[in-house]
Amino acid sequence: MPIDQERSTHLTNVKQQTVTEQTRIATTFAALKAAGHLAFMPFITAGDPDMSATQDVIRELGSRGVDLIEIGFPYSDPIADGPVIQASYTRALGKGLHVSEIFDGVASLPTDKLPPLVAMASYALLFRRGVETFVRQAVESGFSGFIIPDLPADEAEELGQIVRSQGADLVQLVSPMTPQERAIRILNAASGFVYCISVAGTTGVRDDLPPELTEQLKWLRTQTDLPLAVGFGIKGAEQVDILRSAADGVIVGSAIVRFMEGLGAAGADRQSVLTEIGTFADSMVQATRKK
Amino acid sequence: MSTESASLKATSHVPDASGRFGEFGRRFVPETLMHALEELTTEYERAQQDPAFRAELDKLLSTFVGRPNPLYFAERLTEHCGGARIYLKREDLNHTGAHKINNTMGQVLLTRRMGKQRVIAETGAGQHGVATAVACARFGLDCVVYMGEEDIRRQKLNVFNMRMMGAEVRGVSSGSRTLRDAINEAMRDWMSTVEHTHYIIGSVVGPHPFPMMVRDFQSIIGREARQQCLDAETRLPDEVIACVGGGSNSAGMFYPFVDDETVALTGVEAGGRGPHPGDHASTLTYGNKGVLHGSYSYVLQDEDGQTQDVHSISAGLDYPGVGPEHSYWKDTGRVNYVSVTDDEALEALQTMAKLEGILPAIESSHAIAHTLKAAMQRSKDDIIVVCLSGRGDKDVYEVARLLGQDLD
Repeated sequence: MPIDQERSTHLTNVKQQTVTEQTRIATTFAALKAAGHLAFMPFITAGDPDMSATQDVIRELGSRGVDLIEIGFPYSDPIADGPVIQASYTRALGKGLHVSEIFDGVASLPTDKLPPLVAMASYALLFRRGVETFVRQAVESGFSGFIIPDLPADEAEELGQIVRSQGADLVQLVSPMTPQERAIRILNAASGFVYCISVAGTTGVRDDLPPELTEQLKWLRTQTDLPLAVGFGIKGAEQVDILRSAADGVIVGSAIVRFMEGLGAAGADRQSVLTEIGTFADSMVQATRKK
Repeated sequence: MSTESASLKATSHVPDASGRFGEFGRRFVPETLMHALEELTTEYERAQQDPAFRAELDKLLSTFVGRPNPLYFAERLTEHCGGARIYLKREDLNHTGAHKINNTMGQVLLTRRMGKQRVIAETGAGQHGVATAVACARFGLDCVVYMGEEDIRRQKLNVFNMRMMGAEVRGVSSGSRTLRDAINEAMRDWMSTVEHTHYIIGSVVGPHPFPMMVRDFQSIIGREARQQCLDAETRLPDEVIACVGGGSNSAGMFYPFVDDETVALTGVEAGGRGPHPGDHASTLTYGNKGVLHGSYSYVLQDEDGQTQDVHSISAGLDYPGVGPEHSYWKDTGRVNYVSVTDDEALEALQTMAKLEGILPAIESSHAIAHTLKAAMQRSKDDIIVVCLSGRGDKDVYEVARLLGQDLD
């Protein structure tokens, strides 16, 4: 293997980092920027309650004009996720979901006509499958990027190279606890966009956004040209405007996963749940367009 | 990750600055925790260099915990086996009845140095929870202990004990409702409270610096045992044996012997009902290399990387992972890992009680069970030192139930 631990720690500005061949994610953000829109990026769990429902939700979100879709790979011990997403993962795994079914389910969608799909998966799953195999299979299925929430930038160099060699992006996370010197190292390893965690802690719905976040986003903006997307605790359309000048994208996780709980309920009317998800997505898409 | 360590010889000079034991260990955690782990590493290194910190810890260990505890020659057990001379390192005689307090006293002092007022911990059998609750009570820190609902049922005495010490015990009902889920929940708590809370992990698992730090605090077991053996027998033992769940008592016992090449080291895992997945907790015997709870080590997982359910009669060994240093010791061949079944452990517990008047914890009984086998195969001139990591009082209800007796 060995992952190179010697990485430069000098405080260089990483603005010069240019992408020669644009990835799908980069192209998407460039178009949004030109139009003056923010990206709306919903998160959903794969396989809750089954892959056919996941395919329906992806199609629904695509038809509502969302900009990117993050697809969570259920994992048995998800320390980075809150109770709503963990419960969703547990439901999916309880039905015996396998990683290969996620790849197959996504591969059978017309992914070139859908928004870019980003795989959010624990490093435990990548490592077990073989990092290269996982990335290759995901990209072949139609994924355009990866978020590995338990792989800090310090350990991500090898994976970053593999992902980029496949023409995809490895998204890095910055937390409110991240000191500036560390953030610069993270930005050096990032591609696609930067996932800015808005509150310390795990994913979940919260009522407000901390003022420090705006400050951190402003500072990050001076350090990178990569789009800044804000996630963890974004509740709905009313929070979008606060972020408009500071961020490039909004990630919504548990709010949609909550809707998905309804898909697996006994006697569930799947179509009406899908419509609920679609209506919510609509409101977020509207809120993120140029005013 | 390749098998880098396979060709290497084990050394005690691990981990490196990034937390690597050979290829194992490191940090696989969300970014939110990275800065706290870096700070903790720095603070721990400073504390180690600080004579005042060491003096305070030493004083607590002698006047509060009751160290040094004896290395006891188990005469009748030795006669029973008819082979090697068996010595017991009596961690069961510590305050709270197990080795866990060696680590919690150290980490509570560290918590105070960092100016944090709140402590969280996970617990399986409850011994680490009790040891944390005790340390927090002693220093007036707020304490929350996460414990799986299944373990709360199995270990009622310890739950009551923790509450008496003022700790809040939070039941965890997700997943398998055991130790591994309690760790997930504690990590999650820590991610939203890390500025004012310290997480006292109870074993040599988790992200760097925990595997190193917990090993260091537990190494007093092996340091004392090594010297006590020299004092009693004027030589080192031929074999040192300890049970391995996450691996804290064994890491503390083995570490001071790692560079003593003549001393064989044997770790005993929980073999449960047998070798089928889900029937045991023998991570090093049957597991694969993988990532769990923030470090890279051997793990019991399925072909997708999902953690497998495990079983052991012992709540303290009922864990699908193992500390990264044990993985390093396994791959370098420095420690031999074996597996002992539920039934063998239960039988050893009774043998020990009848022959020596000592009721061992069901965890430690796994080490005893293997010691009986090993002693029989060795000559009378040989010496075995086994870590009696805890006393069995906490297990009486469960043991009675398994023996078909009703205590209520």
